[in-house]
Amino acid sequence: MKGLAWDRVVSIVLITPSVIAVAVFVYGFIGWTGWVSLSKWDGLRPNYDLAGWVNFDRLLNNSRFQIDVRNTIVFTLLFLAACLIIGLLLAILLDQKIRGENLFRSLFLFPMAVSFIVTGVVWRWLMVPSSGLNTLFAAAGLDFLKSAWYTSPTVLHIQPESGLAQVLARVGLGGLASPNFGLPLALISIVIAAAWQMSGFVMAMFLAGIRGIPEELRDAARVDGASEVQVYRHVVLPLLKPVTLSAAIVLGHISLKIFDLVASLSKQGPGFATDVPAFFMFQTTFQGDHFAQGSAIAVFMLLSVSLLVIPYLVYNIRREIEV
Amino acid sequence: MTLRASRLALYGVLLAFAAFYLLPIYMLLITGLKSYAEVNLATMWQLPSALSFDSFRQAFEKLGPNFINSIQLTVPATLISAMLGSMNGYILSKWRFKGSEVLFPLLLFGMFIPYQSILIPLVQTLQQMRLYGSISGLILVHVVYGIPITTLIFRNYYATVPSELVEAAKIDGASLLGIYRWILFPISLPAFAVVLIWQFTSIWNEFLFAVVVTQNPATQPVTVALYNLAGSYIVEWNVQMAGALLAALPTLLVYVLLGRFFVRGLLAGALKG
Amino acid sequence: MFWKNRWLSVAGILAVSAILLAACAPAAPAPKGQLQIFSWWTTGGEAAGLDNLYKIYNEQFPDVEIINATVAGGAGFEAKAVLKTRMLGGDPPDSFQVHMGHELIDTWVTTGQFMEPLDSLYQQEGWNNIFPAGVLEIVSQDGHPWSVPVNIHRANVLWYNTAILEEHNLTPPTTFDEFFEVAETLQDAGITPLALGDVGIWASTHLFETVLIGTLGAEDYRGLWTGETDWNGPGVREALENMKQMLTYVNDDHAALSWDQANDLVINGTAAMTIMGDWVDADYVAKLGTKEYQGFGWAPPPGNAGIYDALSDTFGLPANAPNREAAIEWLRLVGSKAGQEAFNPVKGSICARTDCDASLFGPYLRSAMQDWTRDSIVPSLAHGAAASEGWVTAIHDVMTVFVTDGDVAQAQAGLANACVDAGVCS
Repeated sequence: MKGLAWDRVVSIVLITPSVIAVAVFVYGFIGWTGWVSLSKWDGLRPNYDLAGWVNFDRLLNNSRFQIDVRNTIVFTLLFLAACLIIGLLLAILLDQKIRGENLFRSLFLFPMAVSFIVTGVVWRWLMVPSSGLNTLFAAAGLDFLKSAWYTSPTVLHIQPESGLAQVLARVGLGGLASPNFGLPLALISIVIAAAWQMSGFVMAMFLAGIRGIPEELRDAARVDGASEVQVYRHVVLPLLKPVTLSAAIVLGHISLKIFDLVASLSKQGPGFATDVPAFFMFQTTFQGDHFAQGSAIAVFMLLSVSLLVIPYLVYNIRREIEV
Repeated sequence: MTLRASRLALYGVLLAFAAFYLLPIYMLLITGLKSYAEVNLATMWQLPSALSFDSFRQAFEKLGPNFINSIQLTVPATLISAMLGSMNGYILSKWRFKGSEVLFPLLLFGMFIPYQSILIPLVQTLQQMRLYGSISGLILVHVVYGIPITTLIFRNYYATVPSELVEAAKIDGASLLGIYRWILFPISLPAFAVVLIWQFTSIWNEFLFAVVVTQNPATQPVTVALYNLAGSYIVEWNVQMAGALLAALPTLLVYVLLGRFFVRGLLAGALKG
Repeated sequence: MFWKNRWLSVAGILAVSAILLAACAPAAPAPKGQLQIFSWWTTGGEAAGLDNLYKIYNEQFPDVEIINATVAGGAGFEAKAVLKTRMLGGDPPDSFQVHMGHELIDTWVTTGQFMEPLDSLYQQEGWNNIFPAGVLEIVSQDGHPWSVPVNIHRANVLWYNTAILEEHNLTPPTTFDEFFEVAETLQDAGITPLALGDVGIWASTHLFETVLIGTLGAEDYRGLWTGETDWNGPGVREALENMKQMLTYVNDDHAALSWDQANDLVINGTAAMTIMGDWVDADYVAKLGTKEYQGFGWAPPPGNAGIYDALSDTFGLPANAPNREAAIEWLRLVGSKAGQEAFNPVKGSICARTDCDASLFGPYLRSAMQDWTRDSIVPSLAHGAAASEGWVTAIHDVMTVFVTDGDVAQAQAGLANACVDAGVCS
């Protein structure tokens, strides 16, 4: 008994450094950043005098930040769609008793082992407008695929004079017909590079999910006369929902935080077409010396990630406690 | 016959995707093996007319010291965070205490936060600790922010070890550390492999902390040096590509040799609950 | 009066004793160890000029190991970020490159004890009589000099391909109306009138500053930085309109190119003109292989005649420089005639000193040396002389959007806001 009490003490002593480190470096620092975001710290010397909500006010009225919010939403949607579709497709293809499955799987997954910086540098070269993929497309007779890539300033949006815009205006949504709700073409370059890096990971998750489904379930469906397509549609896909959710959360929090890839591939892009909050925060804080303003951006980023992750964590923990 | 055709189509699609994933590597190799004179936009897809290892030599001259920095950073940071994670995972799975099930998700949250939200205080604190700008400072940062993921992987792994084993040892009078030393540690190899590979890869590839904490070119890891190389006025694509390959080599090597554990780390990191 | 005189006499005594000390005192032991010089000069003439300085330094002080700490990218944009975190992190280099003007003063001097004043060095070397009064004024704050200028660059130059202009019977445009006429003619002939490379957005800001000068004139342009000229006024609006129209004559892929790649378009004849600082001269020298290159000419951009839009690279002494002695010797070299004559002809800039040998320079720089003595001098915006870095960053952001959407009203409001945020306008 005495030994057990002693072990209890030892266990607390062993875990305490980690707990303190996380308490300070995660929670303490988040509080500190929150304070800075409300302060007057503008310039190299710290100034912790309270300024109130000024920094948030200015941020919300800042056109660069508004563009960043649009970019983050567009990027997240496209990136999630690309990764989930490609990942699921590859997982299903690899599930067809493929010769050389291991080799294919390794090929699809290796970009995960590479730094975003390397990815950015390579794709920047591949998507140089005056050559690269454009030359390849031209040689293949696919001229319509040629693009200015990450240097394109174009933002696709509903034209204010178009019929659709007038219909929208009638239902009070006329504001949607503006570049603020558009798709910046340059972002597609970032999506391609990011999907190149991350889609293999989604494939691995889906493949693990598919392999985790008992073969008897599928056999039972086949016995009932279901075709292979129907087996996937009615047996496999519904069982992959939890995996899809996990993948979406992982991809989502990566896309809300994306920084390295943008910094090395295109930076803010023409007219901020590829700018993201993480890059804006980096420039505002470490190039513009606007520390309070930078902290306000960081707080926004934290809030957006928390909205995504906290429900997921709570859900997981609940489930674990129930089990 | 249609079956055969659909099999062919299947392989066709897989090969097309394989080409897509390999395209950048192909480009890295052919550009990196060209000489500066031969790199030009018009002929970018052509194979080098003669193999030139000049670019790699130049890239190594420029990035070599940073490559060493990356090793000096990654190796200790990986080992320390694996040990810490193992201890934490052991206690959180086999020595639960009041509040440990609350503590765990609070720890986990730390791996999801955008690091921008702790960057400014981090810089201030490292300055106070006189660790700012040094590799040791960066090691500390990676160890601390590695606690959540390493703890998670070990905790999930140890959770699969039957608690009866531990209970029996307790009754036999084994202490906490004794049980770890003689029962859990010897069977932890797979979890260590996963954690070591995961941490090695992520720390080697990391950029944000590195670019903010180490500003001196002499102490920068290779990712930052590559980034700066790519930002130059005169764009020497051949050297950049050779440098990119150099920076990617260690993690690619680990992937090729130990891919199995790498995938497991990925999936563990995705919190497959 | 009494105080003033007393100060003067004290200064006089100090100056005399400094000269005496310099002359009579046994030479201080030569510095040893390391010397870390921080700059964003990584390629071409800039790097070569820096290297010339290093060579002279190493001849004088063979025991000092020079560490060339450079960070490449966008007119020092990346490097400045790196420098700041180093300075704040208590890891200063021994000396660093900084633009003369508000970039130096607002970032490093008025904010606290980041820099060491250089009074004694200026006195020892007699620089108060050798640098022009205008330059001394800009590097000084509270009566102390804070950095040593190594060169003077001119930002407002229009570079052109002479063969193309001659072929179409055109001369370099001196007004905006002339510019638009010339541009029309060129465009009809299938030539890009104006080459721009703003992958680093500073190049757009740079173009805009020459348009501001050309539209407002020297006096009103200076007033923008002191709050005397209204950012909401018709002058700035007209400048934005001019800029917008000019942007219709630039190459489509400007967002993909750097300034030197834009200049390549002028060199290979795809484009006729480019508006860029006089570091383009060094680009020609490097690419054409001679100081006396032919086929390319220079002129003031529209409306810029008689105005010298200046910037200067200077080196300062951080407080707590790890190798202070070696750094002071470095600054002594940077300000010396030998140092500036070794640096500037290669870098493609004129000396900050007034006594450099003109024969060392190529035709462009010789003409710039003449203009420098007779033109009206204004501070450059994009290169740190006119405004604080925070203000410049805000203007970059306005330009990033303006270049793509051409919304004059929104840009003008943004510029006016930036002035308020900078604390100059109210």
